Amino acid sequence: MSDAIKAATLEYATRLGDDSVVLGHRISEWISFGPFLEEDIAYGNVSLDYIGRARMFYTYAAELASDGRDEDDFAYMRNDREYRNLLLFEMPKGDFAYSQVRQLFADVYYTVLLPELVQSKDETLAAIASKAIKETKYHLRRSRDWVLRLGDGTEESHKRTQKAVDALWGYTHELFDMDETEQLLADEGIGVDVSQLRDAWLKRVTDILTEATLTVPEDSWEVKGGRIGYHTENLGHMLTEMQIVHRSHPGCKW
Amino acid sequence: MNAIPLMPVEEYQRLQQRSAEDVKELWDLLDEVKDPEVPVLTIWDLGVLRDVVREDDGQIIVTITPTYSGCPAMDNITSDIKQALNDAGYNRVKVKTSLAPAWSSEWMSRDGRKKLREYGIAPPEDAELDEDGLTPDAHAQCPHCSSRNTRRVSEFGSTACKALFQCNDCNEPFDYFKKI
Repeated sequence: MSDAIKAATLEYATRLGDDSVVLGHRISEWISFGPFLEEDIAYGNVSLDYIGRARMFYTYAAELASDGRDEDDFAYMRNDREYRNLLLFEMPKGDFAYSQVRQLFADVYYTVLLPELVQSKDETLAAIASKAIKETKYHLRRSRDWVLRLGDGTEESHKRTQKAVDALWGYTHELFDMDETEQLLADEGIGVDVSQLRDAWLKRVTDILTEATLTVPEDSWEVKGGRIGYHTENLGHMLTEMQIVHRSHPGCKW
Repeated sequence: MNAIPLMPVEEYQRLQQRSAEDVKELWDLLDEVKDPEVPVLTIWDLGVLRDVVREDDGQIIVTITPTYSGCPAMDNITSDIKQALNDAGYNRVKVKTSLAPAWSSEWMSRDGRKKLREYGIAPPEDAELDEDGLTPDAHAQCPHCSSRNTRRVSEFGSTACKALFQCNDCNEPFDYFKKI
């Protein structure tokens, strides 16, 4: 592997890990606040799937970096400006509709992304994707069911779900952005050209939102910056909470 | 009429693999290592144990694969493997995690499926998958009374590998080990 490719792959694995750990943590914030017990357990399960993915991506990133850091250093010892996650995933959990709409956007994203990543020439990335695909099927069924139920539910649930769709829409454009690093890896058959995936994502999301009697927003605004470390203020607050134990007790084992 | 015993190719290959002369005793030793979440299943039964190799210099390399990405049992399993082999006098043990090919419930041994059912968990084959290839919303066979008149309570159960069902006949709730 040439140095340029290796550096790009390290950056890519870190990005994918950041996406997973940030979304996984946001989902975990629902535990014990779910509307009923089974839903709480479902949140725990989905969160664990994402945190597991993050571990695998970070372990691989640490292996590529080979500078003595391990997966925990990637997760707990970097600050918000060093995180490279998509902004959509760092938004606060909001109300139940807001989290489920975000989850739907994320689940459809992974539904179109992972089958491409499985084709990666990089064996580790392909292997992580092949595990994640099976889990994502379950995630999507759940978020889809909830969005249908809430969108096509009561006047109040419909109103809140539409509000969530409108509030989050501007953060979805970033999901399909490419930069030099990702373009290089896409050209090499290692990374995925996400700019090619938006049509498929949009079609599936439109079908589900329409079935849920919700309106697909106009593309009137967009916010970007996660991939270069420019975040909303929400990420800093989240990381503070997520990293406090590790940073307070460096090297602690139990 | 005599029944002809058939076994899946995968299981046959696994059995061949573990009966190789130089590592057979190691595989047998590792039968002591149980899944901490489902203590009736050994890591062999579960298909998590993928390979055991004895290097020329005596080091033993054990390869395992996680059932689900976030399976929290992997750390325990790793230390249990080392413990089991250390106790038997093998001091140089390395446990590797392999991700590809991804774990499949097809890898579970037949013996494991039987033990699972006796333990009160419906094994993967006790439900037909639905049209999406996922856990169906009904009819997983109840491990307590064998009824098919059951319903899914949640696709997500007490661990990532299980879904929660309830039997409409005997009313008992039960876990179903998801087919993936």
